Amino acid sequence: MDSKAEEQRAAVVVKGLVKTFGTTRAVDGIDLEVPKGTVYGVLGPNGAGKTTVLRILATLLQPSEGRASVFGHEVVEGAAFIRKRISMTGQFASVDKDLSGLENLHLIGRLMGFTRARAKVRAHELLHAFGLEEAAKKQVKQYSGGMQRRLDIAASIVVTPDLLFLDEPTTGLDPRSRNQVWEIVRTLVSTGTTVLLTTQYLDEADQLADRIAVIDQGKVIAEGTSGELKASVGTGKVHIRLQDPAQRPLAAQLLQQKLGTAVNYSSSASGLTAQVAENNLAVHMLEELDKAGIAVSDFSVGKPSLDEVFLTLTGRSAERAEEMEAEA
Amino acid sequence: MNKKQAPLSQQEALRTAVSTSERPKNAGPVSASLTFGGRMLLKIKYVPEQLFDITAFPIIFLLMFTYLFGGAIAGSTEAYLQFVLPGVLVLTVVMITMYTGIELNNDITKGVFDRFRTLPVWRPSVLVGALLVDLVRYSIASAIMITLGFILGFRPEGGVVGVLLGVAVLLVFAFSLSWIWTTLGIVMRSEKSLMGVSMMVLFPLTFISNVFVDPETMPTWLQPLVEINPVSLLVVAVRGFMGGEAALAEVGWVLLVSFLLVLIFAPLTMYLYYKK
Ligand SMILES: Nc1ncnc2c1ncn2[C@@H]1O[C@H](COP(=O)(O)OP(=O)(O)OP(=O)(O)O)[C@@H](O)[C@H]1O
Ligand SMILES: [Mg+2]
Repeated sequence: MDSKAEEQRAAVVVKGLVKTFGTTRAVDGIDLEVPKGTVYGVLGPNGAGKTTVLRILATLLQPSEGRASVFGHEVVEGAAFIRKRISMTGQFASVDKDLSGLENLHLIGRLMGFTRARAKVRAHELLHAFGLEEAAKKQVKQYSGGMQRRLDIAASIVVTPDLLFLDEPTTGLDPRSRNQVWEIVRTLVSTGTTVLLTTQYLDEADQLADRIAVIDQGKVIAEGTSGELKASVGTGKVHIRLQDPAQRPLAAQLLQQKLGTAVNYSSSASGLTAQVAENNLAVHMLEELDKAGIAVSDFSVGKPSLDEVFLTLTGRSAERAEEMEAEA
Repeated sequence: MNKKQAPLSQQEALRTAVSTSERPKNAGPVSASLTFGGRMLLKIKYVPEQLFDITAFPIIFLLMFTYLFGGAIAGSTEAYLQFVLPGVLVLTVVMITMYTGIELNNDITKGVFDRFRTLPVWRPSVLVGALLVDLVRYSIASAIMITLGFILGFRPEGGVVGVLLGVAVLLVFAFSLSWIWTTLGIVMRSEKSLMGVSMMVLFPLTFISNVFVDPETMPTWLQPLVEINPVSLLVVAVRGFMGGEAALAEVGWVLLVSFLLVLIFAPLTMYLYYKK
């Protein structure tokens, strides 16, 4: 009864999922629940296991242990059913680069069961909607990264899926292309599609996802709305540059007192950084420094980066995590 | 974050395109295989050099073997042509089946295969489609060689029907043999190693055979080996049809071998394809 209700609410349910490759535990006991009609973000550094989780859910890999179900069907036994309702846009182009954009969409349309004529109409409709009309007849090889991404997503929605997997949809894109992809995702969700995406950027998860799971070394280390995650991390970091490097110890002492958090020297001789919980506290500090006669040449508050999320959640930085990954 | 400054019309187009709820019945096995075959044909449009093997090989091989060995083996090139053409045809087509595996090996590492594998269509249709197009390629190669042979003086006793039957049995074998290359195409990690292994299989298979000379001229220890070689059986079958005296026993053996090849290697290919 309980699990029945859960299945009706959730598009994806993952419990104790493990995937090993030889001795590597790429996924090491993950639990997830993606509610229908929402965007769910999986956030993690390189090698965290994001792609592996997505590939298991898209029926491309079999789990080693635990269970994973999509719309109430287990990924192994129910693979054929699941494939009817999902689409996957892989981390690396999952379109045929040797063919043109039009030919790619036409191919998928035909396979999904459209007639020749209808597949052509649908292909043009999508090319127009994704701003690719002009490149319709060019080989995908010649597309820019952003264009390839958009075509890739277009290929995933030739028939609108109930659940769309997007593996790092904006990695390597410029801000404009990134915004275009975000817009596409928002529009898709507004029409009822559930989206499960992975990303390395907290900012992206923040912009798009209703809920976020932070994963590291195959484990979920935090889960919640972006608000909940940020609250656990703090607003971000202040970066201060002093006019006189000699005043740095004095400034550090003052800040430490007022903020109650650790203050670090940055690599330049006159720079300091500190973690702050609230933005207005950071502004307050400027006044304090001014009162103490310490002149500031540069001041900025950074949003918490993935690195900071990691530092807070695991006590080590994301970059360090990658190095460990490389050594392993 | 500033919003995307797209013209409203495109925004609307996006909304319309995304909100279609049309869900056709997915393509059946035959339709999906043919569609995937169409994909391979489109690739030829962009890289016509792909046709090099099926056009150049038949011409070079036939000219080379006829004029190189003709005088020495049969006394005259014309007489030798009647004997050697079916054999060289088999050799050529069997050789170019290798490209099936190479193509797949190149293709399968590309991300688009992930998409294909998540589509709700009959699973083997990607590979069956590719193999169907290969049948077209083998037919073209056969047509080229037989036409050239005719110009050089090849006059098969079996007539048009005999020639067509000969080509048909060759195509059945080539299709079945291709499944070995699809299996290897998935297993091997690079094109180079795949080429190496394919050559290692193909050279003995095609040369330790009766393609060029009658096995009776060979050392006695070699003869049994040559006679049980499926390529030899195939050559006898094709020669039989083209020469007007069907060698039914050999045809039977060839069909049996073909059946076994598909029985073993098609499921193996599919298993590996989905495990990858
Ligand atoms: N097919 C495979 N064979 C062996 N190891 C693998 C395989 N696929 C993934 N791994 C390993 O599993 C771990 C997780 O990989 P995965 O690709 O899921 O990470 P990711 O979070 O997607 O990383 P990225 O951000 O770089 O895409 C890595 O250590 C990787 O080396
Ligand atoms: Mg990945």
